[in-house]
Amino acid sequence: MNLTDEEKRMLDGEMGEGVRKAMDMLVAMGKAFDAPRMIPVTRTHVAMSGQEGDTYWCELLVNGGAACKIIPTTNPNWDVPTLNRRYEVPADRLFLARRTDDVYRRIGAAITYCCTPELAGNVPVFGEHVAFSESSATPYVNAVLGARSNRESSVSALASSVTGVTPYYGLHLDENRRGNMTVYVDTEVKGPYEWGLLGWFIGLHAGTNVPVILFNKKAYDVRPTPEELLYFTTESNTSGAMPMFHMPGITPEAPTAEAAFGGNKSASELRVTRADLEKMENLISDPAGKIHLVLIGCPHYTYAQLRGVADLINDRRIHPDVDFWILSSWDAIELARRSGHLETIERSGIRVVPDTCMDQPPFDQFKGKLNMTDSAKCAHYQKRRGLPFVLRRIEECIDAAVKSSV
Amino acid sequence: MKTRTVKCRKLIGGCAEGEAIVSREAINFYLCDPATGELLEKNHHLKGKSFARKVVVLPTGKGSSVVQLDGLYQMLEKNNLPKAIIVIDPEPVLVSSVYVVNVPMVDKMEDDPYTLIEDGDWVKVDADSQIVTVAEKF
Repeated sequence: MNLTDEEKRMLDGEMGEGVRKAMDMLVAMGKAFDAPRMIPVTRTHVAMSGQEGDTYWCELLVNGGAACKIIPTTNPNWDVPTLNRRYEVPADRLFLARRTDDVYRRIGAAITYCCTPELAGNVPVFGEHVAFSESSATPYVNAVLGARSNRESSVSALASSVTGVTPYYGLHLDENRRGNMTVYVDTEVKGPYEWGLLGWFIGLHAGTNVPVILFNKKAYDVRPTPEELLYFTTESNTSGAMPMFHMPGITPEAPTAEAAFGGNKSASELRVTRADLEKMENLISDPAGKIHLVLIGCPHYTYAQLRGVADLINDRRIHPDVDFWILSSWDAIELARRSGHLETIERSGIRVVPDTCMDQPPFDQFKGKLNMTDSAKCAHYQKRRGLPFVLRRIEECIDAAVKSSV
Repeated sequence: MKTRTVKCRKLIGGCAEGEAIVSREAINFYLCDPATGELLEKNHHLKGKSFARKVVVLPTGKGSSVVQLDGLYQMLEKNNLPKAIIVIDPEPVLVSSVYVVNVPMVDKMEDDPYTLIEDGDWVKVDADSQIVTVAEKF
């Protein structure tokens, strides 16, 4: 790999052990993906999430004297004062949450604790070279915003924050952004939930391809909302690894299908029907029954979604046997507070919490009990903690919470 | 015992050997139980099988950008990491995560690892010399 003098000095340890480690990782990745050189990045997002492996890496860098050159925004951890008051969390998990807080402050990150930086707080412009981790954010900044990022991990995004560069390969190059697979969507797709199922299905089949997704426009006029696109990108990168796609007429690098392919041949085709989407729900969901916890907001609910919940719950009350949490970003919650919707939501017994990822220890006490979510990603990763989830759209989650069963 | 030696490319350096386990589907190590190394993932063909101290052949990584590392890190803590990894299509989340836990990893084997390696074969991955040696089980 061709490194600049400054990059060589970083790699040689002249700027400290932390910077050396960060650059050494990026060089290993550059070699793995045949990058000829590094390229500067102007924006980064680190998917830290209060995970021990990630915190360990951040500590290695910061204890080696590294500091962020490019200020990253950060994924959620968990809101210790709020959740620790309600649920018993083992001391070592509590310690990890505080340790994560501490190291990310020390390395100089913006402690946004939000997994949707591309909607607010860290929004790249078209063509900007960035290093974004967080499975939903990477494809969103690439495909929806037209910025350029590889599918970074939290640790490689932090390495780029410290060094200011990323290896020049993959989605930083025009030729790798072009489509090479066609997906025909033969059914109407409505709301973030169905867009999530569509993403899950395409992610399962896309492999390493860049799909060009064509909608049957006779059926309806397709104009997805940011939330719908967000759920789509979230699930396509949970069931698979799909950092780039095109939706001709919708995403900016695809004014037409022809432009999306840019001269490439379509190597494979996939057709999506209503039955395929319904199958996805059955594939991911656990069987219905009595519900103990409803966990919403993976990825973080937006202000528009919080308003939607306020309208749905109206003056109903959730069942006293059900705990209902909505995870959202601090700014969306503040807006909901100002506009009065938070009061409607909280009056029902639903609790809204900022800064928190669903995959965190406070929810461990629901292990083995049946729970409910509108997020396939949540249902999928909670297998690790032993929490079964019924997967349904938000309307059904709220109805089930009122009755305590689905 | 029949053995074969095949060239490959180093992704993450080191040298290790162990029993092979071959995955036809992408893997996210976060969906392993770190205490046993067993895969918990619903619908995966290796559900219930362990990767602990084995040489894992996999097509690619998948899933979220932070949990792949945490899965591997927790396996490291329990001494249940794979010994080495042979990958067909490396992707950045997998490569950077494996970098942090420092498991030898290679790609570009001269012969298709899916033809050459079966579950239970004894495989040595010398990433530094860019050589994989396979001894068939008997």
